Amino acid sequence: MVQPLTYFKESASQTAGPYVHIGCTPNFSGITGVYETDLGSGSMVNDKTRGERITIRGFVYDGAMTPLKDALIEIWQADADGFYNSPSETRGKADPNFLGWARQPGDMATGEFVFETIKPGRVPFRDGRLMAPHVTFWIVARGINLGLNTRMYFSDEEAANAEDPILSRIEHRVRVPTLIGKREGNTVTFNIYLQGENETIFFDI
Amino acid sequence: MKNIPPETSPFFPRDREWHPPAFTPGYKTSVLRSPQRALISLEGTKSEITGPVFGHNILGEFDNDLIVNYAKPGEMAIGERILVYGRVLDERGVGIPGALVEFWQANAGGRYRHKKETYLAPLDPNFGGCGRTITDENGGYFFKTIKPGPYPWPNGVNDWRPAHIHFSVFGHGFAQRLITQMYFEGDPMIWICPIVKTIPDENAIKGLIAALDMQNTIPHDMRAYKFDIILRGRRSTFFENRKEGN
Ligand SMILES: [Fe+3]
Repeated sequence: MVQPLTYFKESASQTAGPYVHIGCTPNFSGITGVYETDLGSGSMVNDKTRGERITIRGFVYDGAMTPLKDALIEIWQADADGFYNSPSETRGKADPNFLGWARQPGDMATGEFVFETIKPGRVPFRDGRLMAPHVTFWIVARGINLGLNTRMYFSDEEAANAEDPILSRIEHRVRVPTLIGKREGNTVTFNIYLQGENETIFFDI
Repeated sequence: MKNIPPETSPFFPRDREWHPPAFTPGYKTSVLRSPQRALISLEGTKSEITGPVFGHNILGEFDNDLIVNYAKPGEMAIGERILVYGRVLDERGVGIPGALVEFWQANAGGRYRHKKETYLAPLDPNFGGCGRTITDENGGYFFKTIKPGPYPWPNGVNDWRPAHIHFSVFGHGFAQRLITQMYFEGDPMIWICPIVKTIPDENAIKGLIAALDMQNTIPHDMRAYKFDIILRGRRSTFFENRKEGN
């Protein structure tokens, strides 16, 4: 016998189901009067937030190229200077006017999600090299058994993207564009494809 | 809240044999919603090991009491009154303080309050079905609710969900983000549910079944179910001398 390694196992995931909005965005789902506002709803930016204002919008498509109308999307990103608003951020203090996290349901009729945010700064990779500006996405919905993780990079950051330690090690170069949000003016379009020729790269983080 | 220095190491890798795979044809909706290509592994960077913090200031007085938080003044939701309690721990067994736990469920008849819900069971005018809380310094949490009913759902022609409560949990890192469901001890419906059966490992399923705890009932009021939630653990930081940022 040896000493046992006493680790627990992570609770198994289960799908968020069709009614995730009841729990996570009840006002959106029509349940008013319980919470004043839906957590993570509305603009991520106030007058004092530092950084360039952008709007991220997109759809989540299934394998039949039909947009999901019941998805819930959360994003997590650094502030304009590349700091996360988190106790585990040890390099410096993030912009107090920017939480860096938001949650949006896809529109019930069209499925489109919209985030009003700022463009994040660059954050170092584990070895100190700078990663290109990016936003971390987490997607749950009916039919998704374990939340999906991906990242959105920016089309107007070609040089930074070229030296990004994550992007540059992706073997199948043809798939890299699935991680790039297309910027036109202040709008960044980022569509997520669950399957098909353009299946988005999802990460095991 | 205890003043513990924040942890900055990456998380244990997720055991993907333990979680349900993406493609589970017994649960039909997964067929067109399951990525088919291999995930790309990403050892936690700052973007994954950090996460937002939610303060108690977001909580309303009755956020953790679903029996009254949607009810008209002086009224209550109908159903079996229960207390659900437990701890949010990580895989090392360490309690996670300050974790936001959100929950939602059907009413006692198995009906959700949602525009797209079509089950013929009636709505309870005093039951909304959502609640939330934040764990205490030891990772403990509790809420009061009514026991949800089982309900039929469009999958096979005769598929039913066992009674369950949905949970969404935030740990300290965005990589710990988890959504799961809690089931009730002794429910025979658990083992025939296509969504439960997406989980390949019987022990993983058992980990989602709350135990009836007659020691923690509120006498003459409600029975208790204990449900611990385990989030990913963090690796030890013996070797944090690796160059990282600055
Ligand atoms: Fe449900």
